[in-house]
Amino acid sequence: MKAIVTVVGKDRVGIIAQVCTTLAAYQVNVLDISQTVMQGYFTMMMAVEVSECTIPLAQLCDAMEEAGKEMGLSIKVQREDIFQAMHRI
Amino acid sequence: MLNAKDIMQTQDMIANQHLDIRTITMGISLLDCADPNMDRCCEKIYRKITERAKDLVKVGEAIEKEFGIPIVNKRISVTPIALVAAACQGDDYVPIAKTLDAAAKECGVNFIGGFSALVQKGATESDWKLIRSIPGAMAATERVCASVNVGSTKAGINMDAVAEMGRILKKTAEATAQNDCMGCAKVVVFANAVEDNPFMAGAFHGVGEPECVLNVGVSGPGVVYHALQSVKGQPFDVVAETIKKTAFRVTRMGQLVGVEASRRLGVPFGIVDLSLAPTPAVGDSVARILEEMGLEVCGTHGTTAALALLNDAVKKGGVMASNHVGGLSGAFIPVSEDEGMIAAAERGTLTITKLEAMTCVCSVGLDMIAVPGDTSAATISAIIADEAAIGMVNSKTTAVRIIPALGKNVGDRVEMGGLLGSAPVMPLHTESSEEFIARGGRIPAPLQSLKN
Repeated sequence: MKAIVTVVGKDRVGIIAQVCTTLAAYQVNVLDISQTVMQGYFTMMMAVEVSECTIPLAQLCDAMEEAGKEMGLSIKVQREDIFQAMHRI
Repeated sequence: MLNAKDIMQTQDMIANQHLDIRTITMGISLLDCADPNMDRCCEKIYRKITERAKDLVKVGEAIEKEFGIPIVNKRISVTPIALVAAACQGDDYVPIAKTLDAAAKECGVNFIGGFSALVQKGATESDWKLIRSIPGAMAATERVCASVNVGSTKAGINMDAVAEMGRILKKTAEATAQNDCMGCAKVVVFANAVEDNPFMAGAFHGVGEPECVLNVGVSGPGVVYHALQSVKGQPFDVVAETIKKTAFRVTRMGQLVGVEASRRLGVPFGIVDLSLAPTPAVGDSVARILEEMGLEVCGTHGTTAALALLNDAVKKGGVMASNHVGGLSGAFIPVSEDEGMIAAAERGTLTITKLEAMTCVCSVGLDMIAVPGDTSAATISAIIADEAAIGMVNSKTTAVRIIPALGKNVGDRVEMGGLLGSAPVMPLHTESSEEFIARGGRIPAPLQSLKN
């Protein structure tokens, strides 16, 4: 199952590294990353594979949100289906 | 492959435009709970509901988290209790209402619908018992919703039931007077009621439905409003197209969530109700959509046309997004639950007569309207009759959910809190309809051809 991780926050050194390390700890594999910096705000979207994830997806959503707070970032994990359903026929 | 713009758009709709799944409602048949002994009947009902719906809230919350979309309400609808209780000895169905309330509480749902009777052509003994139990049931319970279907296109209008419902609504207001007459916010009088409606207060699980089913109600007035802001001044063709596209997206969410929830609960998926259901929150209003089309205040001339376009476009956009569409599907116009409607009513632009005209083209009817506390039962019945006539002749669902605000008058407000909001007390005609309602009997079903 794929999920989309969105990360938004003030740009600084090491955001991608920290987010990826956290995801790796739960055995979440990163498939694709796109990122941009708009007016000093870092915006990253990652497609990840969560089939091997060591905890249930709902818990991963909470864990990443919590980890984001510690890093001063907003991190959202959502199943990819919601975007596919809305934007693809 | 998904692109960043699509992802951001979805997140923006959820975070800033109030996109949500309004309700996932589990319909449960209680036909097998019938029993001559009232206590045993209640016991069977409690057991069946708490068994079937035990995971509803848990599953709803997990899906919310995984998809990142709020599911505002998890609810239950049951077989009309007048059918389930028909075999019971005793004249009072309040114990059953209390059982439903307890079961709803145990399952963690905020409303349970189905304290209902279908009397469009005539009422059984049991139907009358249920109707007369409504005031007591509303006073004794917190989460139970009642509905009575008094008319249909095929059967006409049962005017005896219409007359009785005027009195019942007054009694319900009196029985819940200390609670701002809140009981009346949970009683709906229908014409052409549908069997698969997931929205409260009018939800019940019809007899044509399976044992257990999951229906979903979507929402998204804020999303439509936001989309229309980008087509200011453009012709109505563009307006309709924009609404259709938005409704499609919103409905796809409902379809996705509904299918996922029914899979996890092991219950067949019923329908998506393509409704635009407002909340009292700023930015989640149907009235503001109508105003965005170019009306200074909702309720002024042009409002009915604007609503007709909106209602139709929502359905057209939504139909392709779901494999089964049903329920009430359209734009709701509840006054107290819509920030823009409240403002328009307080200003005096939105009147009850205009609302009545709007119900000819909206999804349901006169909804969440507070009227002066000294309004007579006959006047309330006459309002119900008017609304039922609109539904009967136009082959659509109409309903009346009206709150006689005891001790209050025009200019006062009724506060219900939460999603039910607050309603300004609206003026009614004071001339009598007493003799009209006293006639009783049945208004015959209308001709279905020679339509002009």
